[in-house]
Amino acid sequence: MKHLLSIEDLSAAEIHALLELTDHMVEISNRPIPKVPALRGRNVVSLFFEDSTRTRTSFDTAAKRLSADTMNFAVSSSSVNKGESLRDTIETISAMGVDAFVVRHKSSGAPQLITQWTDASIVNAGDGWHQHPTQALLDCYTIRTGLDRRDGFDGLQIAIVGDVKHSRVARSDVQAFARLGARVTLVAPRTLLPPSLDGWPVEVCHRLDDVVADVDVLYMLRVQRERMDDGLLPSLAEYSTHFGLDERRAARLAPHALVMHPGPMNRGVEMVIDPAHLPGSRILQQVANGVAVRMAVLFTLLGQGAEHNLRGEAS
Amino acid sequence: MSAPTDRIVIVGGTVVDQTGTRRADVAVTDGVVSEVSPELVPAPGDTVLEASGCIVSPGFVDLHTHLREPGREEAETIETGSRAAALGGYTAVVAMPNTDPAQDSVAVVEFVREQGRRAGLCDVHPSGCITVGREGTALAPYADLAAAGVHLFTDDGNGVQDPGLMRRALEYAGPLGVVLAQHCEVASLTKGAVMHEGSCCSRLGLPGWPALAEELMLHRDIELVRLTGTAMHFLHLSTARSVEMVRAAKAEGLPITAEATPHHFTLTDEMLATYDAVYKVNPPLRTAADIVAIKAGLVDGTIDAIATDHAPHPPHTKEAPLDQAPPGMLGLETALALALGELDAPLDTVIGALSWRPAAIAGLAHLHGRPVAVGEPANLAVFDPTHEWTVEPADLASKSRNTPYAGRVVRGKVRHTLLHGRPTVVDSLAQL
Repeated sequence: MKHLLSIEDLSAAEIHALLELTDHMVEISNRPIPKVPALRGRNVVSLFFEDSTRTRTSFDTAAKRLSADTMNFAVSSSSVNKGESLRDTIETISAMGVDAFVVRHKSSGAPQLITQWTDASIVNAGDGWHQHPTQALLDCYTIRTGLDRRDGFDGLQIAIVGDVKHSRVARSDVQAFARLGARVTLVAPRTLLPPSLDGWPVEVCHRLDDVVADVDVLYMLRVQRERMDDGLLPSLAEYSTHFGLDERRAARLAPHALVMHPGPMNRGVEMVIDPAHLPGSRILQQVANGVAVRMAVLFTLLGQGAEHNLRGEAS
Repeated sequence: MSAPTDRIVIVGGTVVDQTGTRRADVAVTDGVVSEVSPELVPAPGDTVLEASGCIVSPGFVDLHTHLREPGREEAETIETGSRAAALGGYTAVVAMPNTDPAQDSVAVVEFVREQGRRAGLCDVHPSGCITVGREGTALAPYADLAAAGVHLFTDDGNGVQDPGLMRRALEYAGPLGVVLAQHCEVASLTKGAVMHEGSCCSRLGLPGWPALAEELMLHRDIELVRLTGTAMHFLHLSTARSVEMVRAAKAEGLPITAEATPHHFTLTDEMLATYDAVYKVNPPLRTAADIVAIKAGLVDGTIDAIATDHAPHPPHTKEAPLDQAPPGMLGLETALALALGELDAPLDTVIGALSWRPAAIAGLAHLHGRPVAVGEPANLAVFDPTHEWTVEPADLASKSRNTPYAGRVVRGKVRHTLLHGRPTVVDSLAQL
């Protein structure tokens, strides 16, 4: 695997292999000194054209646990603001010697474009509304461990609730969950769904109350306030009433059901109930798993021939 | 060696025009066709243009060319665009008004026309704006512009959003005998859109441009034509439903005409899966079903003209994410080959859509798209319909390189072009 751009590019077997490797990375992360020399000498550059402290920190932590050198390139302090093109930025930084770029960009497709201007591996850390593959992998890992589903998601019912239209998380999760065998239901008002769902392995429901009791996983998406400016919702209050997770709905969840959210949460909008009061909440577990999954991804892309170094500790 | 004469003889070709098809040699003297005969023996000193295996037809007329001058000469100049046009077999182009400044004043349209004259490769006919600055708020000075020779008016790039304003535009323009050409796009339905709205954009996570945005404005304007009686032309129609609506309106006898571009009958929205902005164009590439309908519309004459929407952009602007790159693609040098290759129509139908039918819409029927007959202006295209070639961006005469057909093998190449009797292209080489 050279790049990780989209879940679409991964087979079920490749997803399983990454999740199995993640088990190993969790084990490393739980050591007293959570660091191995696997990617020593490799240079991983975070290139965030859009702010995201949590994803950037997660990748940074993952790279450091594997002993890679890391460099952060944040758009606010960069030459991009001086009018430099995306191509020039990539070519310039590549010239410094880069093994992998971790790219976050507000434009769908930007990571794919970048692949033509550098020999480095590209990890998509979220592009526009398109894909966020490491989020989907960490979500799969969280479900896999949370529901003890090491062999796949056959028969699992997963509802993804909220702004699917503008969500790279939803696009990646739908593909990953379905590829592992789950049945996915999208729950949203029509204005927050993509214009066409042809070819999507999903069912659609416009009432959260109709699905909440039947799901194994309830995946809540963040509803951004700018959707109000676009006129896609009458009000956030109305959205919250009909699509928010409140105590009444939480009480109807199956006892084993997991509640997940990619963060950051909008309390009082999609999360009315305090997740601290939800026994099924795996929201913080998702964050913890994110580091291990990203270690697995970076190692898969850059660690050829260094498998033995996963065993030892960094000197 | 004899002294050169002023006569050009095109030998060995087959003439195709609106009067039919026949094997004929064509002599041109003083800018006009001086003889058409099955066998002309060139006199000593005549310039002979070899045309064996070639079609000799009236030169092509592009209703929709962005020449970018004044204002964006980095992308194209009137000279480079005219050269591309001549190499594509065009003898006249209508220059779109989205220049900087826009073509909403006599000074600007006269500048464009004069630059075209200076380049001398193609008749450049500036269009005028429908509204001042293409801003959709105040009528442009149609009467002044018409007096300066402008025939086609459009805010191309923008649709005129306000129906009241569009009604007044049609009422005011009607008695002037000019034609208003609409870029059909209801802007509130295409906010931020970079590609066709459908399954592809939904998967790719890109904002969609629904077919409805074109069809709603087309429907509105057809009704405004019915109300005002003023003729309208519809630019770059891209959807199956649009073709249906034009067909129905024409059947009612409404005075409307329409064009379609080669890219809208050759490429689908699936190309955007590459995220390569060379495929970003407005209106966007649509679906296979739309392509079928556009082709059928061209073959049965519902769509009058093939127009290129030649829209040059410098490489660095297209090497960007789709939402940041400008829309548009080159078209002048590939239109003929794509039309010949993709349209299942008799040759005279294809040539008609490239030549005499757009000439009539542009108000140029007295000069361009004329029959190849004695006494007619010698604006001619000579092309080999079987010549195979590979589209190489670096070989194009346009100043820009944004062709979506790079590497594609196509059939049909212009060999010679004559503008008012003067060769602008000989053996596929521009003469200026």
